[in-house]
Amino acid sequence: MSNTPEAAPISRRAFLGRIGALSGAAVMYQAMSTLGFAAESSYRAPIDLSGAPRGTSVLVLGAGLAGLVAAYELSRAGYTVKVLEYNQRAGGRCWTIRGGDEFTELGGFRQKCEFDEGLYFNPGPWRIPYHHYGVLDYARRLKVPLQSLNQINDNAWVHSTKAFGGKPQRYRHVRSDFKGHVAELLAKSVNQGGLDTALDVEDREKMLEAMRTWGILDKDYRYVASRAVDGSRGYGVPPGGGLMPKPELSTPLDPKALLQSGLWKNLVTDHDYEMGQAMFQPVGGMDRIADALYREVRQHVQFGAKVVGIDQDDRGVSVSWVDAAKGGTPKVATADWCLCTIPLSILSQIPMRVGDAMQSAINAAAPYVASTKIGLQFKRRFWEEDDRIYGGISYTDLPIGVISYPMEGQNLPGKGVLLGGYAFGPNSYTFASLDPQQRVREAVRLGAQIHPQYEKEFENGVSVAWHRMPYTLGCFAPWPGDTREKHYENLCRIDGRIALAGEHASRLPAWQEGAVLSSLDAIGRMHARITSTGEKKNG
Amino acid sequence: MDERLLLSLVRLAAAFALCAGTTSVAAAPAVPPPESVVANRRFVGEDGAVLYHVVCQGCHMPAGEGAEGAGRYPALANNPKLAAAPYPALTILNGRNAMPALGAFLSDAQVAAIVNYVRTNFGNHYGDAISAADVAKFR
Repeated sequence: MSNTPEAAPISRRAFLGRIGALSGAAVMYQAMSTLGFAAESSYRAPIDLSGAPRGTSVLVLGAGLAGLVAAYELSRAGYTVKVLEYNQRAGGRCWTIRGGDEFTELGGFRQKCEFDEGLYFNPGPWRIPYHHYGVLDYARRLKVPLQSLNQINDNAWVHSTKAFGGKPQRYRHVRSDFKGHVAELLAKSVNQGGLDTALDVEDREKMLEAMRTWGILDKDYRYVASRAVDGSRGYGVPPGGGLMPKPELSTPLDPKALLQSGLWKNLVTDHDYEMGQAMFQPVGGMDRIADALYREVRQHVQFGAKVVGIDQDDRGVSVSWVDAAKGGTPKVATADWCLCTIPLSILSQIPMRVGDAMQSAINAAAPYVASTKIGLQFKRRFWEEDDRIYGGISYTDLPIGVISYPMEGQNLPGKGVLLGGYAFGPNSYTFASLDPQQRVREAVRLGAQIHPQYEKEFENGVSVAWHRMPYTLGCFAPWPGDTREKHYENLCRIDGRIALAGEHASRLPAWQEGAVLSSLDAIGRMHARITSTGEKKNG
Repeated sequence: MDERLLLSLVRLAAAFALCAGTTSVAAAPAVPPPESVVANRRFVGEDGAVLYHVVCQGCHMPAGEGAEGAGRYPALANNPKLAAAPYPALTILNGRNAMPALGAFLSDAQVAAIVNYVRTNFGNHYGDAISAADVAKFR
C-alpha cells in the first residue's frame, strides 16, 4: 500500500488505500519496523530425500535451527552426518535462559541467571507466527507442545515520554479513540464535499455508514462518550452486580493530543501480517524446538568445535577446527559435502575455498543487526494483579522499546519473568556497551516509568546483547542497501561441494522459519545434485 | 531508589564482580543513562570519550582491546591501521567486514569526535585531528 503524495483528484482505489493507511497499518508499517518483511512461508510438506546413495557423507557446520534441521533430515534419509558446533549446547539463537544457566559474553562478562524454578526468558526468537509452517511442522512432528502468545493485548500500556505527561495509556483507549477520531474526520470531509471527486453519491452514503459503524460515531457522525463507545474502549465505571455503583461513561482522549502523541504508531501490530494472531510459543521456552531436534541427532554432534578453515576439492570437503575453549592444533573433519550454517558475521572471517561470487556474498551480508533483550524477574505478578495485563506487549519510546508479559502462570500467585526490554538500532548499541548488570539496572529504572511497582518488586535479571555473543557477533543479517539484490542468489547457490543455510540465506531474515526453509532448500538441492550424478562415496 | 532494590543491585554487582574476577575489564568512564544519548534514532552529544563508550565499546570493548569468540572484533588499542584518520572515519560511516555502517546514526562531528578519541587513546598517539568537514567529504 502506497502512501506517496498523489495529485488530486485521487482515484477511488488510491482513496481506499488511504483509508487503510489512516487506519494505522501502512504508514507505520513503513516507518517503524526493521523486521517488516512480510512473507508467507513457502513450506508445504516434509522434505523427501529418498534415494540417498549409501555412505555419502555430509558435514554440517553449526547446530542452530538450520543445522539441526539439516542433520535430522539428512540422517533420516541415510546420509552419514557429522555436526560441528562452537557452543556447548545446540540451538544457536534458538535459546532459552533459566535459573542456574551461566554464559559469558565477549569481553569476559559473565552472567548467572537467578530465576526461580520454572521461569525463563527467550533472548533470541520468542514468537512463531501461524504462517511459519516449517517451524510449526517440526514442532508437530517432534511433539513439542505450543501455546498461544498474545501479541496484542487491549489492556497493555502504550507510552510516550513526550505525551500525556508521560502517563501510559491503555492500548484499547488509543485504538478506539484514534479510529473514532479518524472516522469522524472522514465523515466530516464527506459531508463537506471534500471527497466528491473521489466518491460518487452512492459511495458517499456507504462511506458515511461505514464510518459510523467502524468508528462508533453518533447520529451526527461525532465520536463522543457513549455506551456504544465504551463497548469498545471500556467503561468509566464498569457494570457490576446488585447495588454496586451504576456504570459510568469513560472519556475519550483528546483528538489533537492523541494525534500529536504518536501513540497510534503502536497500533501497527493490529494490522501486521507478520505479527498477527494466532502467534505461538513453545511451552517452557523456545529452545524446546532445538532440544527436540537435537535429541534426534545428538550422536552426530560435536560441541566446542571452532571452525578455522573450510576447504574443498572435486572429491570432498575438509574442515579444520580447534577446541573452542583451548585452541591448539587444528583437527580436520572430512566429508563428501558440506552444509555450512555459520552466521556470515563469523563465516566472513574464516578462510574458505569458494568462488568469488559466494565469498563476495558472504562479505556483503556480514554486518549483523544490533539487538538487546533483557529478562527481569519480579516477586509478584503486579502487571496482572494491579494492571490486569495478561500476556501481550506494552510499547514505549524509552530505550527499552517494549515490555512483554509472560503467557505462563497467568492469574496464579507467585513470581514472574518479563521481557523488560528489546532494543534495536542506536539504543541497542548503547545497551551492548553497558555491562550485563548495568543493562538490567537501566531496564528496571526505565520500566518503572510504566510500572512503578518495578522498584519494589524487582528481584534479578539477565540480558543478552547480541553483538556480544561470541557465536553470532550480532542478531541477524539485514542485507543492507542493494546487497540482497546483488548477492543473495550467489550466497544460496551451491559452490562445488558447499552450500550455505541459515536465516541469512532466506528472505525471512531473523525468523526461525527463514533458517528452516533455507536449510530444507539447500539440502534439497544438494540431494538432487548427488542423486542426479549417481554419486557414490567419494565419487 | 527503593532500599530493597538497591540492596539486590549491590548484591548483583558483587556477584558480577566475583564472576568477572578472572578477566581484565578496564574501568569505563561514567556513562550517561541510555535515554539521554539517543534521540530520534540518532546518537546525541559530541564528546568523543562518551560516544566511544556508548556506541563502540559494546564490540571493541572498554579499553579498545577487541574480543575473540567464534569470530573476532579487532582491537583498536595500538592499532597501526588508525595511522590515517580516513580509515576509521570511513569504517564508522560505511561499516567494514562484520561491522555495521553507523553513518545513519551519527553526525559528521560525532564521527570526527570518535575518530579523534580512538586515535589518541588506547596506546594510540596520532596527533592530527580530523574535523567534521573532513568527515563530510567521506559521506
